[in-house]
Amino acid sequence: MSQENMKLTLHVWRQSGPQADGFFETHKVSDISPHMSFLEMLDVLNEQLVESGKDAVAFEHDCREGICGSCGMVVNGMAHGPQNLTTTCQLHMRQYKDGDEIWIEPWRASAFPVLKDLVVERAAFDRIIQAGGYVSVRTGSAPDANEIAIPKRYADSAMDAAACIGCGACVAACPNASASLFTAAKVAHLGLLPQGQPERLSRVAQMVMQHDLEGFGSCTNHGECEAACPKGISINFIAQMNRDYLKSQLLSASSLTRKTAEKHA
Amino acid sequence: MTTLNGHIPEGPVAELWDKHRFNLKLVNPANRRKHKVIIVGSGLAGASAAATLGEQGYEVECICFHDSPRRAHSIAAQGGINAAKNYQNDGDSVYRLFYDTVKGGDFRAREANVYRLAQVSVSIIDQCVAQGVPFAREYGGLLANRSFGGAQVSRTFYARGQTGQQLLLGAYQALSRQIEAKSVTMRNRLEMMDVIVVDGKARGIVARDLVTGKLSTHLADAVVLATGGYGNVYYLSTNAIGSNVTAAWRAHRRGALFANPCFTQIHPTCIPQAGETQSKLTLMSESLRNDGRIWVPKNAADVTKDPSSIPESERDYYLERRYPTFGNLAPRDIASRAAKVVCDEGRGVGPEVNGQRRGVYLDFADAIGRLGKAVIEERYGNLFEMYERITGENPYSVPMRIYPASHYTMGGLWVDYNLMTTVEGLFGTGEANFSDHGANRLGASALMQGLADGYFVLPYTLSNYLASHKPAPVSQDAPEVKATVKDVEALIGKLTQAPDPKHHPDYYHRKLGQIIWDKCGMSRNEAGLKEALREIPQLRDDFWKHVKVSGEAEGVNQTLEKAARVADFFELGELMCLDALDRDESCGSHFREEHQTEDGEAKRNDADYAYVAAWEYTGDTSTPTLHKEPLEFQEVIPSVRSYK
Ligand SMILES: Cc1cc2nc3c(=O)[nH]c(=O)nc-3n(C[C@H](O)[C@H](O)[C@H](O)COP(=O)(O)OP(=O)(O)OC[C@H]3O[C@@H](n4cnc5c(N)ncnc54)[C@H](O)[C@@H]3O)c2cc1C
Ligand code: FES
Repeated sequence: MSQENMKLTLHVWRQSGPQADGFFETHKVSDISPHMSFLEMLDVLNEQLVESGKDAVAFEHDCREGICGSCGMVVNGMAHGPQNLTTTCQLHMRQYKDGDEIWIEPWRASAFPVLKDLVVERAAFDRIIQAGGYVSVRTGSAPDANEIAIPKRYADSAMDAAACIGCGACVAACPNASASLFTAAKVAHLGLLPQGQPERLSRVAQMVMQHDLEGFGSCTNHGECEAACPKGISINFIAQMNRDYLKSQLLSASSLTRKTAEKHA
Repeated sequence: MTTLNGHIPEGPVAELWDKHRFNLKLVNPANRRKHKVIIVGSGLAGASAAATLGEQGYEVECICFHDSPRRAHSIAAQGGINAAKNYQNDGDSVYRLFYDTVKGGDFRAREANVYRLAQVSVSIIDQCVAQGVPFAREYGGLLANRSFGGAQVSRTFYARGQTGQQLLLGAYQALSRQIEAKSVTMRNRLEMMDVIVVDGKARGIVARDLVTGKLSTHLADAVVLATGGYGNVYYLSTNAIGSNVTAAWRAHRRGALFANPCFTQIHPTCIPQAGETQSKLTLMSESLRNDGRIWVPKNAADVTKDPSSIPESERDYYLERRYPTFGNLAPRDIASRAAKVVCDEGRGVGPEVNGQRRGVYLDFADAIGRLGKAVIEERYGNLFEMYERITGENPYSVPMRIYPASHYTMGGLWVDYNLMTTVEGLFGTGEANFSDHGANRLGASALMQGLADGYFVLPYTLSNYLASHKPAPVSQDAPEVKATVKDVEALIGKLTQAPDPKHHPDYYHRKLGQIIWDKCGMSRNEAGLKEALREIPQLRDDFWKHVKVSGEAEGVNQTLEKAARVADFFELGELMCLDALDRDESCGSHFREEHQTEDGEAKRNDADYAYVAAWEYTGDTSTPTLHKEPLEFQEVIPSVRSYK
């Protein structure tokens, strides 16, 4: 842990487009305060690069407070860097010391193609939600909010699952590049609530199918996803998803898998 | 100058919306598919509108600059959303929420809009629960509430400290359902660069693909801007880094009036700036003020001392001293100004940044002594952790340091009661419009407004517009379309080929932000505003000469994105100062030092300034034309806000 300003050597992944070959480019930055966030350190690098006429390192970020899920890079081999329960934007430079070398790479998964440098395309996550990650309710047709009491226990667990920020660290950390934790978090969030029951089985069937179609790998219980997840989403939700999925397959009445069948066709 | 008409229906305020809704024209379901609507923005305001209009059968195209609609800045809202459900049986009602909001806005909002907002607030909660939003619940399984600043009742619904996230995911899921149903076409990573206006009507937009750099035109029968607020004009703010004014500003340049730009909210409890390379400020929930005591040393000589070594007798609990009744819970604008006063006196604490210590202590020692560490940990544990992650200090043993930061903008696109701007067919919703919060927004009311606009107001008023206007077809080759594309190309050319490129756009943004923060921030005066009005155009000239954008315009180029946004902030910043200069009174967030009582409280001037200031672009940003919409109060009679 450093208290003095630091000089660092950065090895940053550069890649001009999805088809291009990537490579590590080495840069030095100095006068890095321990109070800076990791992304502010990259801002310093980018300002240097631009003012000397070079192309800035592209990386995604927005809220910079760990909630939007935009940021995400593999730092010294770890998704979101070394600090537990912390997104890259919340990682601060006091975790490093003068003279450190830092390797910075994009998420690596075939379902997340690199668009440029550290920016990857995560639209596959959106498509998994589109496949069924919702409750089909029309605007204006809802009953009074207090009509259905929900045991606090279930509401709290649903919230634990719903806390997922969709950053993709689970995929980046998984040796199989599986998005099971992401998918399971949404399946569990809605599956734990009474509002989510009518579509519970069709939802899980469709979302899992979409997950596979996107080219994510399958879960073989490594547990790396849970360790990398900045929101501490529990791997137990994957077990729940698997149970629901099994049920949906056993009950695969034609109505349930109509959409699934269309997708295969 | 002309007087603006807000198209507010006549009659008692409580009946207006129902009657108006009845009078609005409907589009036959079979014809809806023939109407195309573009919605720019996928935050609470945009996603809710896109989902609802898609479901109603319109052809909707929704656009956002993020990689996914779920990342909109709304995701970051922490505290909660208000609704007049009265589930606590503590005397709440639609009327009380209406009353609190009009008063909280210091009598600079339209009564009719605020009443409608309070009315539909109850349906929002129903809708969100039905979507599966996991709001906090009591042990009996019913919904829990908390109280928030500026209200005596407990009407705020919340989902831990992540209310915005959960509401946005609810809207995003509803939107995803429509995308799957093909009623909404979603376009991510597309930045709107201009509005296309044909025959005085908004007919589409020009957008830049943030991956390929290509420009594209998107045509429609109506365009909705749900593009958020402009708090980042100050450079440092609690907003997401990407939040910007570009969409609203380009619409302004095409004829949409911009209302009350100087009404910006500075939130009192944020983590102070730690150094000159800081990129954003993090909000610490206002709820901390329930148990923390705010103080600075009495003597400037003590500011660098270890706070625990400063005896009680040498501390100034300035909020408790100045506002004995509300104490540490004084409203946002008042608490923020009081912090600025003590720091300007040289009594601020924490690191010196740009020659000043900007920070005050928020001390939990008393509360920990009284309630025990466990209780404080249960109430605020996650916030304390976040604080420690950012500052490296442990707030259980060292008092937190806080300072005000730009947080929300009440000003925005002027819209009438139907949420339409002064350009026909161009609508403004959510934080992007000026409509409901007057000169100061109450906590937990922005989420409410975004969803009210998107789920329950716009779908009616937009349908009425479509039912009563049969727009002629426009082709991609129309001269107006081509001219707008040309303008955008010219702008990009200008940004990438400055005559003598030297500085990163952030260099200018930081400087601009500092001017506006100092002179059009928590307090303003005539001399300072006039100075800012000299400095901003000078800095802007420098920007156009020396801004440096490296890399190619044909591809991902975040430096170019930034430069275009900074260019618009320059023009907006100037308008903010002009507006603040024109409004020669103090009201809500707008504190003109010339207008205060002997003990430093804001003095409003209803006789001369009970109006919405709506500015028209004239081609020269230094000489916009002011239009006024007079505000009339039939229900809540303006009085002095006192929190003594
Ligand atoms: C830290 C923080 C905490 C808050 N907490 C609360 C709270 O507890 N309660 C409360 O009521 N309010 C809170 N607020 C305020 C509230 O979150 C916002 O006012 C509200 O979410 C704004 O929603 P919106 O839909 O209008 O805009 P946003 O959520 O900002 O969405 C803007 C959308 O427009 C898109 N966009 C913008 N410009 C363009 C362009 N040119 N081209 C294409 N797309 C564009 C973006 O991609 C995005 O999708 C908080 C704000 C902050 C900063
Ligand atoms: S930038 Fe939003 S989570 Fe990191």
